Amino acid sequence: MSPQCKVVGAFLFVIVVVLTPADAYWAFAAYAGIVMLLTRLGGLRSGTLVRRLVIEAPFIAFALFLPVIGHGERVDVLGLSLSADGLLAAWNIVAKATIGTAVSVILASTTQTADLLRGLDRLHVPRIITGIAGFMVRYSDVITGEMRRMKVARESRGYDPRWLWQIRALASSAGTLFIRSFERGERVHLAMVSRGYAGVLPMLEQHSASSGEWLVALSLPVAAALVLAAAML
Amino acid sequence: MSTQRALEVRGLSYAYPDGHQALFDVHLSIARGERVALLGPNGAGKTTLVLHLNGVLAAQKGSVAVAELPVIKENFKEIRRRVGLVFQDPDDQLFMSSVREDVAFGPANAGITGARLDDVVARALEAVGMEDYADRPPHHLSFGQRRRVAIATVLAMDPEILVLDEPSSNLDPAGRREIAEILTSLDLTMLMVTHDLPYALELCERALVMNEGSIVADGPTREILADADTMKRNRLELPLGFHPQNAF
Repeated sequence: MSPQCKVVGAFLFVIVVVLTPADAYWAFAAYAGIVMLLTRLGGLRSGTLVRRLVIEAPFIAFALFLPVIGHGERVDVLGLSLSADGLLAAWNIVAKATIGTAVSVILASTTQTADLLRGLDRLHVPRIITGIAGFMVRYSDVITGEMRRMKVARESRGYDPRWLWQIRALASSAGTLFIRSFERGERVHLAMVSRGYAGVLPMLEQHSASSGEWLVALSLPVAAALVLAAAML
Repeated sequence: MSTQRALEVRGLSYAYPDGHQALFDVHLSIARGERVALLGPNGAGKTTLVLHLNGVLAAQKGSVAVAELPVIKENFKEIRRRVGLVFQDPDDQLFMSSVREDVAFGPANAGITGARLDDVVARALEAVGMEDYADRPPHHLSFGQRRRVAIATVLAMDPEILVLDEPSSNLDPAGRREIAEILTSLDLTMLMVTHDLPYALELCERALVMNEGSIVADGPTREILADADTMKRNRLELPLGFHPQNAF
């Protein structure tokens, strides 16, 4: 499926999930079912999906505080006196963040980064944004490699900083890495200018999606919207 | 060989903003089809000269012309098509997310689109033997493969002159030979900046020596490499046991 269809389908699905009232519990169960179906269709293992969901851990940690610090009516849960509003707010964050992150993980796992960026180009996301994202992906390996070589060089001279009071060595390496990356940026710009770059990245692929692809992609948010409509009745 | 000038540099001088005078009154002429090596120690001004050939640096004094077209702002678009600059580090040259997109970048900037762009990209990749790698991200290729793709990125622009900065650096012997085979197979004017003197002798019939911002020697590569005095004065050294008069 064309990446632009996937991006739009996923984005609209997440919008519908976010619009769902927090107490429409069965609607969230239906969304979770849709996510599981997508996982299966995308050939993604449940374990992989769960491992990648760890990225939302900080949000979950924040949400867990809400029942404790929340005001209003209190309820007893496992011997703890918790705020009823806080519990609902925490559930709202956890459910929506988990479903939204899961859809993003499925999208990222089933689409090459280059295709994803091409899809965003087709959706008229500013070229400067997709260009920067493309450079970030392209050069992450190069910069990580430089970082690794600096670490090896440091260790080869008998210094392996790992404690807070040794942070100066790490800060100096980070500074060197920044300067090197900046200089590389200048050289890359020279290479771009040498091949006719005049400020705008050319649009290289013009493949448009078929109406069938759009239909399949939009069936996802439409299904979610039907669930939401039923929940609102 | 045609006598038409592929490159003409006249009285070129350049000083960097910090006052360092990098080029002094450089005169240089390369005929169409010639393969020329640009030799010299570090800091001689070779890269500064190369960056003038496609207008990345602007001449402060003197002039540069590529196939009779002056290197001035109004001509930059055509000049950058005519001068194919291959940088030393392929990671500087390959900045797109796939080999195909990288090779297409130059021609697309020149306004080529659609099936013609696909054709240009396919021919350039074929010329360097990388047609099977079009959809690979550049950072998943070996260093030698990346250098070959870097050459393809400029071949796709159908250049008048190919300018290569250290084409043999960081390559293993097989990669070095493969690049040499690709370069000799191309019917193009070539200016090759290199410290690899045997490589210069193998690929270029003529050599220029730069030192302290000036061209200090110009002649057949074999004669220049055999001239012990010129070599010593310009900090050029041949590998131990290499004799230019007996090689190749």
